[in-house]
Amino acid sequence: MAQKKTYALPNVTTPGTPVIFHPEVCNGCNHCVEVCQVDVYIPNPEKGKPPVILHPDECWYCGCCVNDCPRPGSITFNWPVQQRAYWKDKATGKVLRDSQ
Amino acid sequence: MTRWHDFIEKDGKPPAWPYPINYDREQEIETDVLVIGGGIAGCWAAISAARKGVRVALVEKGDSIRSGAGGPGCDHWCNAPANPLSNVDPDEWAEHMAEPPYSNGIGIQIQCREDWDTLVEMEQIGGKIRDTKDEFTGAKGRDEKSKLMISPRYTKVHSYIPGSQKPITFKSNPEGKLNNVVIRVWGSTFKPALKKECKRLGVKIYDRVMVTSLLTEKGVQGARVIGATGLNNRTGEFMIFKSKAAVLATAGDWSLYVLNTELAGYNTFRSRNQTGDGVAMAWRAGAALTVMERTGIMMLGTGYKHTWYGGAGDASYENVPIVDANGKRLPWPTQGWEDAGAMRPTPEDMEKIIKGVQSGEYTLPFYGDFPAMAEVERRVTWNMMLGEESTTKNIIDSYGKGGFDPARHLLQNYNFIEGTSPSQWRSAGGGPVVDWDLKSTLDGLYVAGEQSYSAGDHSYAASTGRYAGRKAAEFSRQAGDAKVLKDQVTLEKARVYAPIKRSDGIDWKELHAGIARAMQYFCSEYKTESLLKMGLDALKEIEEVFVPRLYAIDPHKLMRSLEDLSLLNHGQIILNASLARKASSRMLNFFRIDFPKVDPPDWNKFVTVKLENGKVKAGELPLDYCGNMKANYEAHNKDYASVYKGK
Repeated sequence: MAQKKTYALPNVTTPGTPVIFHPEVCNGCNHCVEVCQVDVYIPNPEKGKPPVILHPDECWYCGCCVNDCPRPGSITFNWPVQQRAYWKDKATGKVLRDSQ
Repeated sequence: MTRWHDFIEKDGKPPAWPYPINYDREQEIETDVLVIGGGIAGCWAAISAARKGVRVALVEKGDSIRSGAGGPGCDHWCNAPANPLSNVDPDEWAEHMAEPPYSNGIGIQIQCREDWDTLVEMEQIGGKIRDTKDEFTGAKGRDEKSKLMISPRYTKVHSYIPGSQKPITFKSNPEGKLNNVVIRVWGSTFKPALKKECKRLGVKIYDRVMVTSLLTEKGVQGARVIGATGLNNRTGEFMIFKSKAAVLATAGDWSLYVLNTELAGYNTFRSRNQTGDGVAMAWRAGAALTVMERTGIMMLGTGYKHTWYGGAGDASYENVPIVDANGKRLPWPTQGWEDAGAMRPTPEDMEKIIKGVQSGEYTLPFYGDFPAMAEVERRVTWNMMLGEESTTKNIIDSYGKGGFDPARHLLQNYNFIEGTSPSQWRSAGGGPVVDWDLKSTLDGLYVAGEQSYSAGDHSYAASTGRYAGRKAAEFSRQAGDAKVLKDQVTLEKARVYAPIKRSDGIDWKELHAGIARAMQYFCSEYKTESLLKMGLDALKEIEEVFVPRLYAIDPHKLMRSLEDLSLLNHGQIILNASLARKASSRMLNFFRIDFPKVDPPDWNKFVTVKLENGKVKAGELPLDYCGNMKANYEAHNKDYASVYKGK
């Protein structure tokens, strides 16, 4: 296993990752930083990179950051495990879940 | 590198605060009309005031492009009886709506008369209100000619629960045609269009600024409102707004009773920002408030329940039949054409369902049978409504990516299996007393949207905002200049910055939970004089002992800390209002053990509370203080110009 420095950090805020950024698509325009009602994000210190998720505990999953993103594919939702939906195939009766 | 701890692990240090820190800077802005809150009501107030030709400043805690409960979207334009497809008279519909005690007859009358005009103006500025691309041809309620789409909601009775209101025959609709008062809209297009129009009209927009207090003439409590103070929640800069009239269009208080500040955000309809700052600052300025004693458990989100709208049978799942795990149809309303949009089973049906679950007649969990629906209705419900309602587009998108196909799959319903809601999430339904100009009891202060008492929804916020904006503009034309008292600003500055001057103590989350706990203990289902007084003592202790320990590490957390102080005030107001009402009331969801008689005639009145020289003063108003709604509306709006025709 590769050696990685271990810091003394508090627990990661839960839920900690309301969205996932895709740096290969995102060009760091920060539009999501602007449309977010509660300032979940701050701009990345490195220009052109995806924003930093600073206040994930304040996210209310309104969706504006993803819906209004000018480069679709840059951000995807990441529902907390306990909030993922269940459904059932009418023909087979098999119960399914959002397991992305 | 998008999470905070990524930076620690890579660089060994957190990222620097990305905005300039300007705690010591101060900015002064002079305007005619100051709009506090840039949600739906606030944007409409700013637009209508600017169209009257006065200078307007709009101040918003988030960014007015998407802020507010209606910022992400809206799928139902409710109670629009003046629309061309309606079969009822707006005044008669308003009267019917205002029938339940403690309604806001003034706001309702404005909504019923003007929200169709407001919607037409919404279309003028770029909002989508018709099926112009013919995507839903053949859907029930869609009018071929106008391409407007009527929703089944309120088509027969104005109620979410069938049987809860007796069916009435409207004089204006003697044949009992469908009322057609609710219009489906593409509300995700609204908020950006509103901001664009504000900019086009020259409204000065101050985003990311939290208004912290109202300034009054000579700094006197109860005197004319002549401005406000604010805090930039990114830079920490202090703002002083001087105005001739102000419109309070802030949000309601949605988190006072919520203990947990982490889970509360899960898709609740209301964001963390909504902390009732407006009511708190109006209270401190001396405005009379009413209906503050009404609180009630909301069966929504909070992380303790499933994602609101995430399960079949939730609000707005129109025309979806609910079946049990074996596909057996339940007597659960479809919220559709067959049951006039009813959302909840009647009490009798609910009992049948519960008994059926216990006896094994119905097997859990229940499901929404989307595949059984007509294809076009399924698209209207799943794609259009969920695509446009406040926070739900992410549901169709995420579920779709996860493989959900409404043509093949039954969507799970979470009733019963997730248990009873913890008594954590409450709405408080009160706000400033208003007159027919939507003016509060303070000169120069107007009130709109959710901040008004017994407020309605999106179209209510839009139409009352638009109305308050034009009334405030008229007032500002004749109002004289007033001098801001320096001491009032100095005192407020000291209050605002106290938490960043400390380096240790308790953070906003701990204080928030402390306030919530006090409210849960002393102002919940079981109310008595002594418990309510203990509640006031508990909040006083928090104010005197723990507030002086509150500390914040950046402008964002400083804003959250100040919101706690709003919530603390809010709790004090609710407790004082609860002490003033010495009777129980079903309509107010207000039950006192020491005054068990429910709605005794003597107490069928509004209770009001206000601060006078720092002392709480209770008062009352007759339930029908708004008088004849139609006559008063007309008397106060002789020059109303209907839909805007200017450029």
